[in-house]
Amino acid sequence: MYVAVKGGERAIENAHRLLADRRRGDQRVAEVTLDQISEQLGLAVDRVMSEGSLYDRELASLAIKQARGDLIEAIFLVRAFRATLPRFGASEPVDTGAMRVQRRVSSTFKDIPGGQILGPTFDYTHRLLDPSLAEGFVPETPATAEASTAPTPRVTDILGRDGLIESSPEAEDGASVGDLTREPLNFPAGRDLRLQNLARGDEGFLLAMGYSTQRGYGRNHPFAGEIRFGEVEVEFFAEDAGFAVPLGAIELTECQMVNQFKGSATEAPCFTRGYGLAFGQSERKTMSMALVDRALRARELGEEALAPAQDEEFVMSHSDNVQATGFVEHLKLPHYVDFQSELGLLRKLRKEFADANTPVAMKEAAE
Amino acid sequence: MKLSIIIDNLESASFVKGAVDQVTQHNTQQAQRKAAMAVLAHAEAGEIAARLRDLTLPAHQDLRAPENGLVMLRGRVGGDGAPFNLGEATVSRAAVRLASGEVGFGYTLGRDGEKARLIALCDALVQSRDFGGLVERSVIAPLREQLMVRHKRAAEETAATKVDFYTMVRGEG
Repeated sequence: MYVAVKGGERAIENAHRLLADRRRGDQRVAEVTLDQISEQLGLAVDRVMSEGSLYDRELASLAIKQARGDLIEAIFLVRAFRATLPRFGASEPVDTGAMRVQRRVSSTFKDIPGGQILGPTFDYTHRLLDPSLAEGFVPETPATAEASTAPTPRVTDILGRDGLIESSPEAEDGASVGDLTREPLNFPAGRDLRLQNLARGDEGFLLAMGYSTQRGYGRNHPFAGEIRFGEVEVEFFAEDAGFAVPLGAIELTECQMVNQFKGSATEAPCFTRGYGLAFGQSERKTMSMALVDRALRARELGEEALAPAQDEEFVMSHSDNVQATGFVEHLKLPHYVDFQSELGLLRKLRKEFADANTPVAMKEAAE
Repeated sequence: MKLSIIIDNLESASFVKGAVDQVTQHNTQQAQRKAAMAVLAHAEAGEIAARLRDLTLPAHQDLRAPENGLVMLRGRVGGDGAPFNLGEATVSRAAVRLASGEVGFGYTLGRDGEKARLIALCDALVQSRDFGGLVERSVIAPLREQLMVRHKRAAEETAATKVDFYTMVRGEG
């Protein structure tokens, strides 16, 4: 039961004023700017855009600043903001095959066409804290080499040519694309809804779920077929213009997981796959997403679905950190009446217990 | 000129698309407009404005004042399969009409309404017989050049991180 609680207005007002002061911190220290957040804490911005489900670097930077670096709070702010704008429509599906690749690695083929391109990565760093970054660090100019004009086909396309991997599911004629921001979630959910849910799902949750499949809870024998990060062009069919207009480019990370093969009396065995896609440079997120996407296909692929990561209702109902934090954190809001009624009941039960356990002799003596 | 007010216009949009595709001449101009927009969407509002400032522009008016909204960005399952909704992006749009009648549309990622308006103005100019060549030479071409330089630079930096595998020969050859 919830009741209106009055009398806290002054305290709340002053608490927010105090928050504003603490957020700013010591005012002798320079204030952080949105450009600084966007440029120097870029991966935090990418995460807020992905899980806030809104591609806008400036807004995500503002949200991070306002939330004092609490990324889930920032994601919450971004989600609330998106509800204030009208939607013009949906973009044409982006072509990740045409990505201007800034990083592209495959753990399955050494000599992949287009090459292994490391790009800006933490991989192969020693994870030692670098004191030179503490202040006044000026990086070297990046090295350059002649740019290749060779295409960088997706690894899954190469495997697909020989039929070694299952092909991606085609859209059914006239089928609309599910949108969980518009319709309430129902189970079983289609792959489109599952991927949308995972794309905005909490990275930590997906990481744990993906990890659980590797540790044996719904094992699906994954290889990172390919991870690519870079820019893709976005087009939107503008009804007034009468054609698909270019909107500019966004940064995306894509992960193609190649998983244990299946076959049957009628179908030749081939690898199965899991897919991950997210805004910005979000490698851990897309790898986890691809593992979980594959795990959630257990029933479709005729596998026993006993592990948490294979349970779509469990995964999809708990992946959203805004929903999760709302329900967990609402526990700190006033529950006074709720609690008073529990307290009353508990006192009554304890009295009954005490009465029932008082020795007869004592009762007689007391009388 | 009727402006789109429909939100979630995909179905009606797909229909119009089919009808439009039949007109070839229309398509040539459309390809030019699209190519110009592809460059302009990557430029900053200030860069477009600076290049337009040097031109003597025909009279024009806002047909749709800049407005901000969202577009749902779509990916494909496995990169090449059925579409799914990935997440939204902020988009600004505007429409401008020249006194001579050409109507231009501006759409861009982000919330810079002025940029959308400048793209719309350029789109109208691209369609104009008198100004099409001028705007291509003075605005679009230099911005395209600048964009290509930026992309080339990024591609070269990326290329330097490409792994060159070599085989180590062990023992005596």
